[in-house]
Amino acid sequence: MSEPLSCHPAPPPETTDRPFLNGLWRQNPVFVMVLGMCPTLAITNSVRNALAMGLATTFVMVCSNGMISLIRKLIPKQVRIATYIAIIATWVTVVDYLVKAISIDVYKALGAYIPLIVSNCLVLERPEAYAGKKPVGKSLLDGLGMGLGFAFALTCLGTVREVLGAGTFLGVPLFGKDFEPWVLFLLPPGGFIALAMWLLTFTLWRERKEKIRRQAQQAELRQALEVIL
Amino acid sequence: MNESLTHIFLDAFLINNFVLCVFLGMCSFLGMSGKFSTAWRMGVSVMFVIIVSSVLSFGANLVLVRFHAEYLRIIVYIIIIAATVQLTEMFIRKESPSLFRELGVYLPLITTNCAVLAVPLFQTFRKYNLIQSTVFAIAASGGYCMALVLLSLVRERTDLGDIPLLGRGTALTLVLAAMLSLAFMGFAGMGSGG
Repeated sequence: MSEPLSCHPAPPPETTDRPFLNGLWRQNPVFVMVLGMCPTLAITNSVRNALAMGLATTFVMVCSNGMISLIRKLIPKQVRIATYIAIIATWVTVVDYLVKAISIDVYKALGAYIPLIVSNCLVLERPEAYAGKKPVGKSLLDGLGMGLGFAFALTCLGTVREVLGAGTFLGVPLFGKDFEPWVLFLLPPGGFIALAMWLLTFTLWRERKEKIRRQAQQAELRQALEVIL
Repeated sequence: MNESLTHIFLDAFLINNFVLCVFLGMCSFLGMSGKFSTAWRMGVSVMFVIIVSSVLSFGANLVLVRFHAEYLRIIVYIIIIAATVQLTEMFIRKESPSLFRELGVYLPLITTNCAVLAVPLFQTFRKYNLIQSTVFAIAASGGYCMALVLLSLVRERTDLGDIPLLGRGTALTLVLAAMLSLAFMGFAGMGSGG
């Protein structure tokens, strides 16, 4: 297994080694790498749940990234995946009990999806791609950036679904009494549609930026040519 | 828990289809559904892993409850799954090297398929007995396999379609999945009768 552990065919290459910002924006786990889809779609029918899930995942990622990076030289290459999974499962158990202690309501709303953080491919992909090779400080930052990027994407999705599907934001009604909620967005198909729309928006935005960059390049070239001629 | 076996089966297979209604196993659902030939093979491998690990973790849970070590549940389940995947990998490599090459990196990735971990967890939460758990595992994994095959058939068609460049890739797959999911919402009414 030498190939990167990701479910998506080709994640974009890491351009610069800026762990925190990369995760937050340039390599955003959901919008760019399309990883960790299960919680992204299942838990985002309200902003509160999305935030809670995002923060729980961030905690697991920071802790497991740090721990794996700390003992990376002791892990034999052949059994590294099994070791990573065991470490991640330990931290997920910790989070499971933490969330139960902090808020039983959130715990009930997230249900089986907290133990399922273990099988979130994003959480396993980071040690494989980053924390298994880099020093502790950078790995911690990478976990934090990726986790917060994940939480950010979940909140984006949760906002669209809650505002359209229930007419509220964090439980506060936004529109008057006459608002007829678009219930479809709280149901499973709404999750797929909302995520597809976000992906399209981001692709459109990136394409646009690329176009502007190319035009600038051409203009520069033309200027240079004029100077030569 | 005295749910009838038919009800458990229908519930996991259609009404609460693992992929389209509960959003489990999304990564492989989106990643492996490009071609029909790989999709059904992947589906069958996952089915095998789910059924075996479901039975094994039922036994493991009995031991954990006996020794009051429920907090070890997640770790034990994931280890059982990893072992089962390893077993499947060895079996496929021996029986069909060509299939082994075709599945490639996705075979070990079954370990991180949340549908596989969800079956043991759900059967524990719902307190199913051994027969109920097995039926649940067969139905849930069958539902996963069916959804994967359905989406792959649709996607093979769209390969030839005239789709704007911008919409190709994941966004298109998600919209197709949304339509399938809408269709599966029609089964929701069956739940109340069972």
